[in-house]
Amino acid sequence: MQKSVIVENLSKNYFKKEAVKEISFTINENEILGLLGPNGCGKTTTIAMMLGLLKPSNGRVVIHGLDIEKNRISLLHKMNFISPYIELPKKLSVKENLIVYGKLYGVKFISERIKYLSEKLRLEEFINKKTGELSSGQKNRVSLAKALINEPSILFLDEPTASLDPETGDFVRSFIEKISKEKKMSILLASHNMDEVKRLCRNVLMMNNGVIIDKGTPDELIKKHGKRNLEEVFLKLNRNNHELK
Amino acid sequence: MSLNRIIGLFLRHFFLIKSSLPRILDLIYWPTIQIILWGFISKFFTAYSDYYNNTVGVILTCAILYDFLFRSSISFNMLFLEEIWSRNFTNLFIAPMRISEIITALVGTALIRTLIGLVPAILITSPLFGISILKLGIPLFFLFLSLYIFGITLGLFVSSGLLRYGPAFENIAWSSLFLLAPLGCIYYPIEILPDFFQNVARGLPLVYIFEEARSILVNQVVNYSNIKNAFILNAIYLFVGVSLFYYSFSQARKKGSLINIGE
Repeated sequence: MQKSVIVENLSKNYFKKEAVKEISFTINENEILGLLGPNGCGKTTTIAMMLGLLKPSNGRVVIHGLDIEKNRISLLHKMNFISPYIELPKKLSVKENLIVYGKLYGVKFISERIKYLSEKLRLEEFINKKTGELSSGQKNRVSLAKALINEPSILFLDEPTASLDPETGDFVRSFIEKISKEKKMSILLASHNMDEVKRLCRNVLMMNNGVIIDKGTPDELIKKHGKRNLEEVFLKLNRNNHELK
Repeated sequence: MSLNRIIGLFLRHFFLIKSSLPRILDLIYWPTIQIILWGFISKFFTAYSDYYNNTVGVILTCAILYDFLFRSSISFNMLFLEEIWSRNFTNLFIAPMRISEIITALVGTALIRTLIGLVPAILITSPLFGISILKLGIPLFFLFLSLYIFGITLGLFVSSGLLRYGPAFENIAWSSLFLLAPLGCIYYPIEILPDFFQNVARGLPLVYIFEEARSILVNQVVNYSNIKNAFILNAIYLFVGVSLFYYSFSQARKKGSLINIGE
């Protein structure tokens, strides 16, 4: 299977603090890789380095065979990102926001793309509404539409269903599942929802204190640690790590 | 009325101010600048009350020119701040945009914003005060262009600070131009400044731009050497501004300020 993303010995130091310590992993084409870990464990820092937002202290990120540090602009055309901590301008309508990002990503047929995403993500009823007036579920779908506007081959999802009601959360999960298969995307999913990770991800990385403390398929990890589900594995690994510290 | 609740709310603001040096400096800054600026203006009018035959015309024309500079710089900063306030900053920097594209887009948008604000102001000065800034003639274009370049350059300096230090740098965005107002010699000739400040002021294009405006309005003499000096200084500052913006972006990528700048 072709490797879309290769992360090699990636590290980030802020002054004397090591936020990420020599982590390595790969994401295959058409794979959703889960990234699990407690708050402040280095997930966002890792994603930021993969997106070229943050310069690594050591190591490198290779995407489609190219180093992100040397080919940031050309690679960003093929990537996108969604996070509940980043918003779209509230005073712009949904359609205006999508037009802006369509332009920024150099999308050729913006109207057709917006129409397609509106149908798939059920945006039609509020496409002309101001983004700031939407419910959190609607905003989430708009952010997802923005993240898909450029038909990325690599997608970074940071807690994509945080603060969503179960119905909307399920809709978003189903959509991610479907689109990743259809478009053969490589997705890095950072989440605190273990059921979501188990449902969507083929492989999982467990991160703590800036290092990958375990990895495998959800079933492998559950079996290896003798637990009933991924949440128990997560708790065990993090408590062990806490005690070790 | 509960004294405790009143004290509670007072403390909420007191704690905020005492823990923030930029806030304290901001409180001191404005009155100081106002006093310095108006002190120089008063000194000038006391010493040379017969300098201007057409005081209102000269003062208003200089005010319009200064406002053009102010609007162009603030517009540039505002475009940047809007992205921070709307927490859209990270989205912009993960889009495949080159720094040169960001600067060009902001320069163009800032011009439109500035003109929207300024054109009505220019139009109403004629019926209200019988003054037309167009009396400056063709050199007016060069003066506006020079002011616009300097405004954009200041915008680049401030935006570089915002990139590197985030919203904490916001107060500087608002106050940067007022710091230059006394030294820019907008309403009075450079000779009114103390010797030391005259030397500093000669390093600013503003002195030459406003000197030229006064030269045309008061003496009806066009002195292109002022315009040339302003453009030379503008070119140097613009080069430094653009370089600083690139440097700040690189530093922001190292320090991680692009990730959580809106938070």
